[in-house]
Amino acid sequence: MSKKPSTLPDLQSPPPAAVSNAAMDPVNASLTAQEKIALFRQMMRIRRFEERSLRAYQAKKIGGFLHLYIGQEAVAVGSCSLMGKNDHVITAYRDHGHALAVGMEMNPLMAELYGKVTGCSKGKGGSMHFFDPSRNYWGGHGIVGGQVPLGTGLAYGLKYKGLKGACMTFMGDGAVNQGSVHEAYNLAALWDLPVVFVVENNGYSMGTSQARSSAGLLGKRAEGYDMAWGICDGHNLYEVRAFMAKYLELAREKCKPSVVEVRTYRYRGHSVADPDNTYRAKAEIEEYRRTKDPIQVFQHVLLDEKVLDQALIEKIDTEARAEADLSAEFAEASPFPTPDDIQKDVYWEADNPSERKSGGRLFFN
Amino acid sequence: MPVLQYREAIRQALAEELTRDPNVVVMGEEVAQFNGAYKVTEGLLDRFGPKRIVDTPISEAGFIGMGIGASLLGVRPVIELMFWSFYSVAFDQILNNAANVRYMSGGQIHCPIVIRGPANGGTNVGATHSHTPENVLANHPGIKVVVPATPYDAKGLLKSAIRDNDPVMFLENTVLYGDKGEVPADDYLVPLGKADVKREGTGLTIVTYGRPVILSLEAAAILQEKNNISVEVVDLRTIRPLDIDTVLASVRKTHRVLVVEEQKPFCGVGAQLAYMIQAEAFDDLDGPVARLSTVDAPSIYSPPVEAEQLPNTQRIIKAALAALA
Repeated sequence: MSKKPSTLPDLQSPPPAAVSNAAMDPVNASLTAQEKIALFRQMMRIRRFEERSLRAYQAKKIGGFLHLYIGQEAVAVGSCSLMGKNDHVITAYRDHGHALAVGMEMNPLMAELYGKVTGCSKGKGGSMHFFDPSRNYWGGHGIVGGQVPLGTGLAYGLKYKGLKGACMTFMGDGAVNQGSVHEAYNLAALWDLPVVFVVENNGYSMGTSQARSSAGLLGKRAEGYDMAWGICDGHNLYEVRAFMAKYLELAREKCKPSVVEVRTYRYRGHSVADPDNTYRAKAEIEEYRRTKDPIQVFQHVLLDEKVLDQALIEKIDTEARAEADLSAEFAEASPFPTPDDIQKDVYWEADNPSERKSGGRLFFN
Repeated sequence: MPVLQYREAIRQALAEELTRDPNVVVMGEEVAQFNGAYKVTEGLLDRFGPKRIVDTPISEAGFIGMGIGASLLGVRPVIELMFWSFYSVAFDQILNNAANVRYMSGGQIHCPIVIRGPANGGTNVGATHSHTPENVLANHPGIKVVVPATPYDAKGLLKSAIRDNDPVMFLENTVLYGDKGEVPADDYLVPLGKADVKREGTGLTIVTYGRPVILSLEAAAILQEKNNISVEVVDLRTIRPLDIDTVLASVRKTHRVLVVEEQKPFCGVGAQLAYMIQAEAFDDLDGPVARLSTVDAPSIYSPPVEAEQLPNTQRIIKAALAALA
């Protein structure tokens, strides 16, 4: 195969973003100015957190992989801002944005990246494995498509317990060719489970463009399972909210699953280790940055609405940067777990010795 | 005491736990309307209804992953694999998700799921349907592995497994499903991680689990009668957690040990046992740890030859005599 950078991928852009229509959708029209600012702030926090984590990675403070969400912020923030008490979220390894979007704090996230015991998973999960069940956030999963049956199971659990909620099961465009995804689609449709499968289509599964990896429209595969589906402009936060609200409602009220393909874009490589110069042109990235950046797009909207002004934008940006810097300081100052911690959090029974019922050895050193 | 088949004992455990805990759900291929491919779940649909007894499509990665996800919200799925051999298409769900989700969340999550079904050779179904993955499963910290040999143990261990907050892999045996034994009608538990001395003896310890327990007991009776050799048979019942102390106590009594497993030998359960026995009871051994495994090849179809590939009574007797030579 030629190593020549591809031209613009065939993203089959969705119809021109009907910004005004999405803005008038009840789910957006009902937002107060403060709520709109909070959504903007949330996207900014994700952007600055990830930029700070990238610097830490380059300074070798972070090991392993670092999959940045930069460019996709409107998807997680828009979707997670719609969560009610019984709504749940699960995603793949590009999970920092969702974690912040469900309300996790920067400190435990940055500390997790640094491998510190104050991390959200005590330094045991790393970048790909952020969890916070108290916020209905079930990870953070490393294997492409592996989390999709789990999300379907969370929806099954909701239905089994008679709770009115939905599980947003996020995946990337690379996941749609995995068998586990199709098995999950079938079960969700067969049993009417309240799940919204959200395909965050950033155009590339690692370095392979959609055109080179996937036949047909990704969202349309839902039709084979008689599921509702749609394609949404993921650069526009109002659009994401209006779209997702509709499908969440379908899940919560009618217990029907759906597939939402969200067109988005990542500015960084698949991971930080990805040189990002073999499969797409720099001009393509620049074009997205210039015309579709989700923070810029929403900023313009809120400036037009007179919800934001330059001073407030700068204040929000400064605060987000400061918060990210502080989280890096927190992570830096935190201790690492110790070798004694390696064998904790493996078995529930080993961690709860007073309630242990089994005998014998659980570990073999 | 009532006498039940092994499959009936498992069914009774399921029924009792379904009755006790409304969060217990039985799911798998053909478990409901078809009454179970091996009739283990026969009658449960009529008794508990389709919400609790759920037929799945042939989609192991899908429904096992779904069960794991549901367990995070407090559902306690007991998932039947028609054959444990089919675990390979759900490997990622079982051994990445169920095994690791607690660890990767820093202990915030637990995964109370049971996956059960038969894992054995001896029924002439060829290599794809004859896997015995207890070693593979037990190689994954976070997972528990149970292999019952008798109806009594099957019921008591399954009830413990269902109440356990960790993911438990429960490996049954199609050859044993029709075996009968005394099974109390009451609500008893057999704890995981407790081996059972199924026969007391003084001259040789056979450490084993699953169907070879039954075969070893037959071999022990013959060795006593024909060779005047007193054999102690230790049934592990659980592979992980492992009750090595009961094994070591027996070795310290008999000073000779033979491990019998229905497993391919390389990196099998017997290899781990042999290592631990020599490491912890070296001075008590009067000879090397002997081992009888399945003959090391994919499972052969040819019926009379498959019987020779697996541990059988004659092979156990031969191995026992060699261990004592």
